[in-house]
Formats: sequence, structure tokens, C-alpha cells
Amino acid sequence: MIRPPALFHLLLASAAATTFAAEPPVPAKIEFNRDVRPILSDTCFHCHGPDAKAREAKMRLDIREEALKPAESGETPIVPGQPEKSEVVRRLLTSDKDDLMPPLKAHKPLTARQKEILKQWVAQGAVYQKHWAYEAPVKAAIPAGQKGVDVLVQKRLAELGLKPSPEADRRTLIRRLSFDLLGLPPTPQEVAAFVADTSPDAYTKLVDRMLASPHYGERMAIGWLDVVRFADTIGYHSDNPHNVWPYRDWVIRAFNENKRFDRFTIEQVAGDLLPDANLQTRIGSAFNRLILSTEEGGAQPKDYEARAVTDRVRAIGAAWMGQTTGCAQCHDHKFDPFTTRDFYSLGAFFADIQENAIGRRDGGVAAPSPEQEKELAKLDAEIVEAKKKLAAVETQFDPEQKKWEAELAAKLKADIAKAETTPRLAKAVEPTKPGETTEPAKVEEPPKPRIMLPELEPGSKASAQDKKAVQQVADILAKDAKDRTGNEPQVVQTYFRTKVSKLGQAEKAALANAENQRKKFNDALPKVMVSTSGGKRTVRILARGNFMDESGEVVKAALPHYLPQPKIEGREPTRLDLAQWLVSRDNPLTARTVMNRLWKQFFGTGLSKVLDDLGAQGETPANPALLDWLACEFMDGGWDMKRMVRGIVTSHTYMQVSTVTPELLAADPYNREYARQSRFRVDAELVRDNALAIAGLLVPKIGGPSVKPYQPDRYWENLNFPTRNYDADKGESQYRRGLYTWWQRSFVHPSMLAFDAPTREECAAERNRSNIPQQALVLLNDPTYVEAARSLAARILTDCKGTDDQRIVWAWQQALQRPPSSDEMKTASTLLAERLTAYRADAPAADALLKTGFAPAPAAVDKAELAAWTHVARVLLNLHETITRS
Amino acid sequence: MTPAAEFRQFHAQQLTRRAFFSRASQGVGALALSTLLRPSILQASEPISGIRGVLDPPPLRAKAKRVIWLTMAGGPSQLELFDHKPKLAEMDGQPMPESLTRGQQLAQLQGVKLICQGPQFKFRKFGRSQTEISELLPHLGSIVDDICIVKSMTTDAINHDPAHMFMNTGSQIAGRPSMGSWITYGLGSEAEDLPGFVVLMSTGKGRAPQPVAARQWSSGFLPSKYQGVQLRAQGDPVLYLNNPPGISRASQRGDVAAINAVNRQHDELVHDPEISTRIAQYEMAFQMQASVPDLVDVSGESAKTLEMYGCQPGDGSFASNCLLARRLAERGTRFIQLYHRDWDHHSLLREELPLRAKEVDRACMALITDLKQRGMFDDTLIVWSGEFGRTPMKQANKGPAGRDHHNKAMSMWLAGAGIQRGLVYGATDDLGYAAVENVTNVHDLHATMLHQLGIAHERFSFKFQGLDMRLSGVEGAKVINNILL
Repeated sequence: MIRPPALFHLLLASAAATTFAAEPPVPAKIEFNRDVRPILSDTCFHCHGPDAKAREAKMRLDIREEALKPAESGETPIVPGQPEKSEVVRRLLTSDKDDLMPPLKAHKPLTARQKEILKQWVAQGAVYQKHWAYEAPVKAAIPAGQKGVDVLVQKRLAELGLKPSPEADRRTLIRRLSFDLLGLPPTPQEVAAFVADTSPDAYTKLVDRMLASPHYGERMAIGWLDVVRFADTIGYHSDNPHNVWPYRDWVIRAFNENKRFDRFTIEQVAGDLLPDANLQTRIGSAFNRLILSTEEGGAQPKDYEARAVTDRVRAIGAAWMGQTTGCAQCHDHKFDPFTTRDFYSLGAFFADIQENAIGRRDGGVAAPSPEQEKELAKLDAEIVEAKKKLAAVETQFDPEQKKWEAELAAKLKADIAKAETTPRLAKAVEPTKPGETTEPAKVEEPPKPRIMLPELEPGSKASAQDKKAVQQVADILAKDAKDRTGNEPQVVQTYFRTKVSKLGQAEKAALANAENQRKKFNDALPKVMVSTSGGKRTVRILARGNFMDESGEVVKAALPHYLPQPKIEGREPTRLDLAQWLVSRDNPLTARTVMNRLWKQFFGTGLSKVLDDLGAQGETPANPALLDWLACEFMDGGWDMKRMVRGIVTSHTYMQVSTVTPELLAADPYNREYARQSRFRVDAELVRDNALAIAGLLVPKIGGPSVKPYQPDRYWENLNFPTRNYDADKGESQYRRGLYTWWQRSFVHPSMLAFDAPTREECAAERNRSNIPQQALVLLNDPTYVEAARSLAARILTDCKGTDDQRIVWAWQQALQRPPSSDEMKTASTLLAERLTAYRADAPAADALLKTGFAPAPAAVDKAELAAWTHVARVLLNLHETITRS
Repeated sequence: MTPAAEFRQFHAQQLTRRAFFSRASQGVGALALSTLLRPSILQASEPISGIRGVLDPPPLRAKAKRVIWLTMAGGPSQLELFDHKPKLAEMDGQPMPESLTRGQQLAQLQGVKLICQGPQFKFRKFGRSQTEISELLPHLGSIVDDICIVKSMTTDAINHDPAHMFMNTGSQIAGRPSMGSWITYGLGSEAEDLPGFVVLMSTGKGRAPQPVAARQWSSGFLPSKYQGVQLRAQGDPVLYLNNPPGISRASQRGDVAAINAVNRQHDELVHDPEISTRIAQYEMAFQMQASVPDLVDVSGESAKTLEMYGCQPGDGSFASNCLLARRLAERGTRFIQLYHRDWDHHSLLREELPLRAKEVDRACMALITDLKQRGMFDDTLIVWSGEFGRTPMKQANKGPAGRDHHNKAMSMWLAGAGIQRGLVYGATDDLGYAAVENVTNVHDLHATMLHQLGIAHERFSFKFQGLDMRLSGVEGAKVINNILL
């Protein structure tokens, strides 16, 4: 064998050289997209490609007609069929350093094999193909009754002389499926039931059950939240919160309800512009608000307006188009036909979104969940009901009023009669001075009887203003009903109903209460920032991306010029047009991009490995027919995500074992041909979910505000404006699934970060899958995992009444859904015995360990024993197998 | 050799072989699978010593083995510290000539009348080189013949967060790897049981310091193992480093041994090279649990050393962090980045700047002196810099006078590892508004740093989103040769 150090040096030596003795052979029939384009794109297009500004010698090789024309020098770059007359071939092969292409300073020397490919390609006629991803996908015919995935994978395997692997055992299948579809481990009971189910459709039943689980939506949401960079905070500088979590729940629900993917897309990009827009489609449009923003003093609005444009274009490129657009912010793309004009024209679609360029985000609109909408509807109904009751009472007002008026009239009549019968006294006024005469005696009129209302009574405390108003009422009442004019009947009615009648008071109080209840509920509803369309900002091409440069041309919204265009005449296209275009049957990119990512979820790598770039610098899929078939099937089947998931996970290709034979390993070390399944560590969120589920701590509630699991003290100490404390949630919020973790963009939860969760500052189609010491520190020492270990230990001791060995078996079943091997049993029981002895001698240590985390420890269990079993549980939660899906 | 071990070896060989075949045309960036290069994969029980880089050994002759980068977060005022402008003093209170400022970016002075503000502190000449620097930096003055001051640095960004990103990653777009990650990716680290890229943070005893996001030491699209690890003054020195309550080191060792034993048994069945890596990482983590406390325990340092730095053990000061930087350097950590916060003097420049200067002045001198005494100055690159400079214009809208953010000119210094000594490089105009002589920028600074580390910056790339991403950008960065020995 080769000693490791020697091998290492050999590898270094190889790395330094540029050619390899054992390169794969040059194919007999050269295919442009597979063989030639990657070489041209990587080594030639930079100077002889789409970017006019970087083009040298006015010569371009990305378009055949151009490459066949004589260049400035008079030489013809490519003469089809005649490599010896082709300047390109001469320059590739020359030994003259000044003539050599690519030039030495480019540091991109070609290998002998690459040179031979280009030469052969010219010899074979220099046939170009449009880049595969810009061509409409072609749907392969699949024989009736067969699975498209299997047919196309196996066709390719047959060409390579490989055979598919056998189907995995039932325990592996259910574990794999549980992680892939739900993100949770199966329980030992579920595994046992599946293993025992001998019906031919046992597996499809299992798949259907999982697709119907509400946890399916949670699992699917994780990847989508990465590509749209969903997070709870604004990202820059103060990194304060913004209201977006209802969007996360909207995504989960969309997957659970299997919302058509085209509709899912449209609601996110333009849910506010739909003719049938409603609250839910508006919540979807929060997608447009997930950009980074700043509150930094001294930030310039134009700067951040430009950043928002570029952020949104990158997001559309990443989430739907599988295109890296970022470089076109400053210059035409060097490898793809995406131009700077395309970039800013795409950005102009978003110019109508109303928001402040800088500063605090708007609070957004109330965003009830469907349950809360139901509650709102219930509260609305209660208001209607209360109003009805009040209305019913109101029919009694008029008769009452009549009665009241009649009484008043009767009283008046009686007063008048009484007045008439009262004797009148008269007294002459005597002269007081000489010369005065005596005035004749006058009869003093008693006050004329009037309608008397309480406010007018002597001693009433009513204000002068009120008295005046009530006097008016009294005056009207004095008239005969038929003599009242204008609004006089109304005035009387209002007075009667508000001041006189006691009718309907309880009903009125009930209505006020119902209205108050609704207001209180509504005010407490979560809020979400949504898209609101309004006056458009000017979008111009920024030379080299510089926002200070206002000399660039103003652009209107337009779709990338190199892709099929919809017919829109007589108006500028809108965001809704963009959204519909993304999911039109003519768009060659979206379905491929989405299916490529979906494939990664189930096999560990995309069919085209570079998930965020299906362009020239990405990877041509080894099996393009398969990606195309999936894309067509997705579109033609009504953008039905569950149907596609079912199609993949019920294929034999998916169900194969993940173990590998030496032959297969030699032929396909990275499993790009899928003659077996892959094994990989589960995503950050699932590492947590898995541990909490095994420990019995997981609270499987769906949705709601983001939560705060334990986090090391002072982890946020470098945040400011304001400074912030982190208070870990108590109660059930402490035990929620990882995807609900508070996503602080500038300080993502450290145990999530350790397992490669992205910061979601930028759209991330790809996650690293690292294997680093910090992961060990998290699983060993993070209180979340220590608490999970002691909780699992408590379950072992309370739920399993048996010998230590039986308990170890039981524990293994919980964590791995299999019994331990005899070696594992020995390791576990030795550890248990050692720890038990130690804790028997050191009670404070056991106490301290069992106090980690908020969950109470069972009182009835011996502490030393519980602490000792915590170590066995800890070992289980730390195993590579535990966090691996295979 | 057991069949399983043989298989494992075969597996690793296949992966490695294939890695080169399929990626050979993609340049250095292609060699990202450095785990595959590690011989320890072939011997699962062998612990990992340090991290090997993809460029190990570097292609050029390296002057620097490591970098200590002193980030003065907030943006110190060059006009009070390094860039003496008598003409600005003459113009104090006069309008700033519009010819200089028209059409240029402003931060908090947007819409404000621009008035010159002369230097608020005196300058003195130091050393044989008679270099003029602030009276606030006498200790730095005492070693000014060892450092190279660059007065003509410029940057693209004018707000803290993007400016830090630009200084650390060469881009204002989030998600790019920071320079420490690039360098450990390229060169690996010789530190056994310690991270190759370490970040230390201290905060001035002033007002509200600017926030500093963890993205500033993120590995971006590079593998996570290259991300910076923050060494904290309080709590666990490294996140999750301490054992849970009640678990002793011996008991932790027992658990790690059991975990690794079961993992090894599982590997015998499934032959997954990731398992060997996992085993090695648990050993590494366990060793870190001892080596980090050993690193931060400065009780072995002499009283003289502590006095030179001017720090108390465990006080979390910049001076303490400088001492830790030296200890990290001794242990082989490749990139050590210190942040000292609270240099953002929009106001209270006269009151606050002397305090910040005092907090760093002696420590910088001590670090350089200490490295020299230990023979490490010549292969350690030391860089002192803010994220941008400050305006020659007065800012008076936030209280007692200060200066606003500025990106047309800033001063910084470099020292050690092949950097000229006692040199002042570049100059600004008479009012200190813009760099005018030997103008240089952040990309050039990155290129220069890489060059000193033996890395040709234009060839050092990583394929991401279909592009060859480089720390030094795509705009033709140039090594600042004139400051090199």
C-alpha cells in the first residue's frame, strides 16, 4: 500500500501540475454542451464572449457566425472541418509564448485533453448548441407503467455499464423517508409497524401518510427559506427585527396544502397585484420585503435604493432562474448572455414597491393565520349578532315613543286645564312719588303650561347648551305630529332613544363589548410587511454599479432578452407579468432550477451540481434527460410538488441502499449517476429536531412567532442601537423545531451556524455540509443537547422497566431504531457502570448535571442513576449515525 | 490491515484521484476538498494537527507566516493621529472648497454646510525617521522606525457595516469569505488544537460603540472550518467550550471515547470516510477544551511582560488581546484579528479620541516589541486600520465637534514580515480631503498581504456561483511594492 505521507506528496505534486496521465479519453463524437462549452466558457469567453467591454481583438467565440468570420488580423478563428486552417486551433497548440491562447497571464492553461477536444470539435464541423438550460426542456417518452426516474437513471447506468443497487431494508427506508419528508426520526413503533406490514403497498402508504403530515410543510420550507433569505432581522448595522414570520408560516402552509408551484411563485412576487388578491396572497408578497436594510445614521438613500434593486434581482435569479446575476450589476455577464441592461431592467419590475430606502421598516399589515382568521370571523359574527339583537329591540322604540309622547301630551293637557281653573289675582300699582298716578291694575298671567322634560325642570344640572337643545325638542313636541317639518321627527326620535328610553341598553352594551373584543384581538394579531404597489422609482443603469453616477440610461421593466418573451403590448410589464413569466411553460429555467434543488434534497447533490447556476459556468447535468423529464413532468402535471416528491421517493433509484461496492465506488465515487443512494449529515435544523424528538422534548406545534432556544451568554454583545439581551424562551417555546429559531442575520444562533445554517443575508441555494470540531462542542456541551440527553435518560428509566441491557436496547431503538451490536452494548454498559459508580460517590456532580435546562427532572428517579444514564443518552445523541440520513 | 481499513483507504484514494481529474482544469479553487488531502483520513485514529491549506506550501516565497490585523472599529480620525495638515488648521472655520467635495459621498453631513476643522491635537516628530505622528501616540512614536504608515488608503464604502465588509472580504455584498478565512483556506494553520483564524474583541470605555456583525469573520462560501472563531473574554472563551455542569474532564474524555468507539464500529459496517473525519473532529474538540484555556491563561507571563502591555490578566482589554495575539501567534494560528470598538467620533472628538488612543498606544508598541524580542516580528505581518477615515470637515450636528465618515482618504500602518520600516507612504491634498499621491485601495492592501504570505492574489480563487471569486477582486488589484523591503 502507499504510505499516507507518500501519497500526500504525490497528490501535491499532481496538484501543481496541470495535466494528468490518467485523464478520461476524448469522446469519439464531441458534443458542444458537454465537452466544448465548459472549456470555452472557463478559458475563452472572458475576453472573447458576451461582455463587449472586455472583448479583445473584436473577436467572440460564443456565437458561431462570429467565430467563423475573419478577425481583425485577417485570420479566421474557426474554419469548420479544417482545424489546420483555424486560427483558434493554431493558437491553442502553438509553442510560441506570445501567440499562445489562453495567454499565460490568464493562468488558465489547457490540458492536452482539452486541446484535443477543441481540435476534434472543429474537425467535426464546429457544431454549436445553445446552452442547454436556455433550450426548452425535452420530455423523454417513458413506457407506460414505468417510473420516469428509474427509466432515465437506468438508461444512463446501462450506457456506463453500471447496475442499480438493491433496495434498502425497511428500517433504513423509513428513517430516510422520515428525515427527507418530515425532518424527524421515525418512532420505534412506526418502524416496527412498517417492517411488519406485508401489504404490497406498504411503502406507498407510508409515503402518503408522510405527505399528509403537517411536518411535511416544515421540512420543505427549510430549503425555500434559504433561497429567499428569510430571517427575523434587517441584516445591516443595528440588525433590528422586521415583521416577517407570518410569511414563514405561509410557506409551510403552501407546501402542506400543496399549493400549485406556479401560484406559489406568483403570490410571492406579485400577490398584491393579483385580481383576486387577498390577505393570504399579500402575505406571500412579503417575499419582496426580505431584503437587507439599514438604519445606520449617515446611510444615503440612493445607496440603499441601489442595494435593494440588486438584492431583489439576485433573489429572482437564485430562487427561480438558477442564474447568477450579481456580476451584471457592474458589467455584462462574462459567461452568460445576461447583460447589465437585463439586470437593471429586471430590477425595474420592483420599482413600484413602497418602502423607505433607509431607516426603520414599516410594521406591516395584520396577518391572521387561518385559525386566527376563523377567530376573527367568529368575532365579526358576534358583532353582527349583537347588532341584530339591538335591531330587534329597536322595533319597539316607535310604539314606546308614541306612548311617551301621548303621556307628555296628556300631561300638558292636564296642566293647561289646571291653569285655566286657577283664579288670577290682580293688584294695582300705587304711586310712590307725588305727581304719579296710580297704574291700572294688571292681571298677572301664570306661566303657560309647557312640555316639561327633565333637563328643563327647575334645578336641573344640564348645561345651558343642553337646555337649549332640549328646549328645541320640547318645542317640537308641543306641535302636533303632523305639523312637524324637516328633521324635526328625527330630533325627537333621537332624543327619545338616547335620553328617554331604557330599551336595548343591555343589547347596546353587548354590541360595544363585541366590538371591543374584535379590536383587541385584531390589535394583537401578528404583523407582516407586504408588497404595496405605488409610484415607481426611477431605475437607471449604474455604471460599474456606482449609485453616485446618475448618467446611466433610465430603464423600464423588461425580461432578460435571451429568454422567450411573453407578448405584452402597449404597456410596461408589471411584477405580475414577471411572476407569470417565471412560471410560464416557455420559461426553460424555473422548473429545472426547482427540480434540481428538489433532487438534492433526496440524493444529496443536484443533477446539475451547481444549484444556483444553470448557466455556462454551472455544470451540465450528467443526465440532462432526467432533469428535463422532471421539469416537464412538473410543469405538465400542474406544478404539483407533492406529485413530484412522490414520484421521486417511490422510485427504485431513491429506495436503493446507500452502501457502496468497490466497483461502484471506482466508477462513480461521488454518486453522480445514482446507482446507489447517498448518505449525508442532516441539516442544522434537523440535528436539533432529531435530538428533541428522541428526548421526548419536542413540541410539534406548527408556526407562530420565532423562538429563542438557549444561547450562550453575551453572544449578542457586539450588537448595538440598541444593545440587546437574549432571553431564552421558557415553556413550550423552548422545545420548538429548529426552523422556528430566531434568525438574527448578523449573529445567527451559534449551534445552527456550526451545522452550516446560512446567515440568510444572501439567497442560499446551497449549504455547505461541513464536519468540524465546533459541531462536536455543540452536541457535547450546548445545554439544548445536555438537556435532551438527560431527558432521554429519564425516558429510559421511566418508560422502560427492565434490566440495564434491555434499557440500552430500548435507548438504541429510540435514537437509531435498531438494536445495538454486541460491541455497542459493551461500550454502553461499561460507560454506564463507570458513571454510576462515579455519581454514587459524587452527588453534587449528578445534581449539577441534572439541572441543565428548564425541563424538570422526574422526582421519583434516583439521581445518580439518572445522571449515569444521561451519559449513555449523550453518547447516542452524539453519534455520527444519529445525525446521518443514509 | 483489516478489510474495512483497506476499503476505507481505497475509498479515500478514489475520491482524491477523482477530485483531481474532474477539477483539474479549474485552478487552485478546485482543490477545495482539502479534507481529502489529509493523510489522517487514511488512518482514522490519527489526530489532526492543524489544518492543511490548499496552497501548502505557498507558490511564492513567503515573508509572512501569519497575520495580526488590528481593526480600529468605527474609523479613527487620521487627521488627529497620522495625517498632519497645517493648512487645515489655517482654514479652520472656513468653508471647505467645493471643488473638492462636489459630487462626493457624504454620510451624516448630507445637506449640511461643509466647514474645515483643523487638527484637534498636536503632532510630534519621532524616531530616526523623524516621522510626524500625533502627540496622542507616544508609545507608537517610540517604535515608529519599525512601522510603515500609509496615508493614501481609500475605500469604496462610507457606512460602517458595508465598510467593514469591504475591508474584510473585498466586497460590500454579504456572504463573501473574510480575509482570515481565505488565508487559512489557502495556507492552513499550524496551530494544533486551536483554530487557524481567531477573532478577539475589545470595546473602548466610551459611549455607544458601533455594532460588529459575525459576518465579518464568516467563511462565506468557503467551507465552514475556515470561519473565524471568536475568543471571548467572558463566558466560555470559545462558544460551547466548557463541559456541562457536573461533567469533569475525565468524564468528558470517557464519553468522547465511547462516541468514537461506537462511530468506529459503525464505520466498519458502512465504510463512510465522513466517520473518520467525525472521529478526528471529536478528538480535536476535546483537545481544544484544554488548549484554549491554556492559551488564555497568562499566569505564566512575566510581570515585566504584563507591565509592558499594560494589562491585567482577564480584563478583556485591547492590551490583553494583544498579548493573546502573541500567544496565538506562537502556537501557530494563521490569522489573528483584533477589533477595538468605539472610534466613531461624530462628536466629542477632543474628549474621546485621547481615550481610545491611550487604550491602544502602549499595547501596539508592546506587541511589536514582544514579537521582536521573540524573533517573530520578521515573519508576522501586523496591520492597523479602521474601516474608513474621517472628514476634514467639522461635524457639529451631534453635539461637541467631531468628524464624519470619509472614504477618500484614510491612514493606516503595517509592520513586520517584509514591510519597510520607518516609511511614510502616500499623501493627501493640503486639506487632507483626498489621497493624491500613491493612491491605494483595499484591494491593493489585500493583494499586498497575500503577496507577503506567498500567495499570488490573482491566482487565488474559489469557484462560486460560476465565477472565480478572489479576495482581491476583479478590478486589477496591485501589490503595493513600494512599501516592501
